[in-house]
Amino acid sequence: MSVKDYLRERYFPHMWCPGCGHGTVLNSLLRAVEALGLNKNDIVMTSGIGCSARISGYVDFHSLHTIHGRALAFATGVKFSKPELKLLVPMGDGDALAIGGNHFIHAARRNIDMTAIVMNNRIYGMTGGQFSPLSGLDKKATTAPYLTIDNNFDVVELARAAGASFVARTTTYHALEAVDLLKRAIDHKGFSVVEILSQCPTHFGRKNKEGDATNMLELYKANTAKLGSKALKENPSLIARGIFVDETRPEYCEAYEEIIQRATGGKR
Amino acid sequence: MTKSTIKFVQGNEACVEGALYAGIDFFAGYPITPSTEVAELLAARLPQKGGKFIQMEDEIASMCAIIGASLTGHKVMTATSGPGFSLKQEALGYACMAEIPCVVVNVQRGGPSTGNPTHVSQGDVNQARWGTHGDHSIITLTASNHQDVFAMTVDAFNLAETYRTPVILLFDEAVGHMREKLVVPEKGAIPLVDRLRTAVDKGVDYHPYLPREDGRLPMSDFGGDHRYNVTGLFHDMWGFPSNNPSVVNGLLHHLVDKIENNVQAITRYKEYFLEDAEYVLVSYGSSARSAIHLAKNRRARGDRVGVLELQSLWPFPEALIRDRCRGAKAVVVVEMNMGQVMRHVKAVVDEPERVFLANRIDGQLITPTDIKKLLRVIQGMGV
Ligand SMILES: Cc1ncc(C[n+]2csc(CCOP(=O)(O)OP(=O)(O)O)c2C)c(N)n1
Ligand code: SF4
Repeated sequence: MSVKDYLRERYFPHMWCPGCGHGTVLNSLLRAVEALGLNKNDIVMTSGIGCSARISGYVDFHSLHTIHGRALAFATGVKFSKPELKLLVPMGDGDALAIGGNHFIHAARRNIDMTAIVMNNRIYGMTGGQFSPLSGLDKKATTAPYLTIDNNFDVVELARAAGASFVARTTTYHALEAVDLLKRAIDHKGFSVVEILSQCPTHFGRKNKEGDATNMLELYKANTAKLGSKALKENPSLIARGIFVDETRPEYCEAYEEIIQRATGGKR
Repeated sequence: MTKSTIKFVQGNEACVEGALYAGIDFFAGYPITPSTEVAELLAARLPQKGGKFIQMEDEIASMCAIIGASLTGHKVMTATSGPGFSLKQEALGYACMAEIPCVVVNVQRGGPSTGNPTHVSQGDVNQARWGTHGDHSIITLTASNHQDVFAMTVDAFNLAETYRTPVILLFDEAVGHMREKLVVPEKGAIPLVDRLRTAVDKGVDYHPYLPREDGRLPMSDFGGDHRYNVTGLFHDMWGFPSNNPSVVNGLLHHLVDKIENNVQAITRYKEYFLEDAEYVLVSYGSSARSAIHLAKNRRARGDRVGVLELQSLWPFPEALIRDRCRGAKAVVVVEMNMGQVMRHVKAVVDEPERVFLANRIDGQLITPTDIKKLLRVIQGMGV
């Protein structure tokens, strides 16, 4: 199969702006799925609302485009009712961690087997450039005309503390690295989180003078470094990329099988 | 179960028995009085049959989870009360829009807000109809005794599958918590409606949102051979987002018509002494118990009082109410709210000026005496 076989070409052209990072995430994700040789019928992609969430319409999997912030709750229903399915849950930063923050920490806490992909552009793209819980301090947004005073979450630390058993971070500049991390995350049994910094030149870039898409990608290159790298050691203020958590822990659906055994006295 | 069994149960337990009889495989919920027993009982009973129970982080997540589980081909339910029912509204609208069969139990308490958690009310009747935003239609059933709680729960699952829609079971604290006899009929005694699945072969274009001639839409389970899109946006017959005016217009009409054109088939009710009734009491839920009690007492004294007990509130049984109230000297709507059903009754009967409200909103069950007092005033017999 080639990557094209995973697309619903009928629904192209896509709705993303020229230079938007979300298309790169789609590309990396499909390459990961292809490399793993997954069957399209076994994959369910669940997304919420946002530019990022539109990704589910373009893939030839079972796709569930839901409501803002709740993709993981819908995904939990799909997975728990049919554990043999593979769940991919791409979300925007607002979708995953503002309105969806509660579902994010609880899905992580359960360690239910699914892959959450946070397409982090540090802004609300779809609604026109309001700040998000990942914007960070001193950023300009339509709802922060005098700069933000809100602190940001660190997705990696939040996911780790909440109980995710696989946590990784990369950027759209590092698209091949993203393929590798997504492969590992999808293959991982348990709740996996991959944060991918994804540029929104239309809103975040323009408001914060980060230039066009190419410039923003260059910034991802300049401002990040691999975990364990010399560059990161020499400059700890860089954003670390790589795998932060990779542990084997009891998975929720498997644990429930145990409950069924207890409830039936082992007769099933 | 091969034979019918007799139990002495709470109303919430009768609901659980009905759900199990109907074939529930998946429940997601969050504890809230006075509905919690539904979750507690299913936490024990579902795994015994290989089904799934999950306690979610809130009512929003519970509603979303049952929709996800319905899409994999399961019979699903959630249960809550006022504040939780408010939280479910956005996802409930999603289930209307995406046409996902599911059952939502609301054991009503007094509201608004936290209100009166342990006391009876029927204040959510209109929320059940219009709680979620936008034009839509919805099915809402209710019951006044445990045998009917059981039957309406089975019916709710059947109607959800038949019309590919969420169905709301609107019970109240009194029915939910009181104990009385329940006969669980033997398997097969009540027909069950199973998921209508598409007969379209693998590799052939399947249209998840193309109604058949009879209006029904065959489904395909997630994980099966047909991969399609499900969305809360207006969508075409493939489930892909569309804002084409004729697609939007067609879908909204379909969502409303599939229910409103079947009012007769969906309507559930009971009647007591209506043939020659001069005074018609219209009621539902635990209020109907008092209405029926009073009617029996008045009959014994030669007073021609009858009761129309509604078991389906939405779609509103207009024609039935108009017909049964025709010619009555007075129609008294008996309910525990400020007249939520009364207003609709007034709107549909021939002589709205003859419609009165007997209500109670103080958290106490409305009594036969409460209704009698109003009736005496209407009859000109003093207070
Ligand atoms: C309940 C609800 N609140 C608000 C919105 C409006 N809304 C749509 S998308 C969005 C934010 C999108 O930002 P993000 O999730 O970061 O994704 P992006 O568009 O940047 O990819 C908001 C607030 C909504 N659809 N639903
Ligand atoms: S607004 Fe931003 S996030 Fe949305 S499509 Fe455009 S570039 Fe991408």
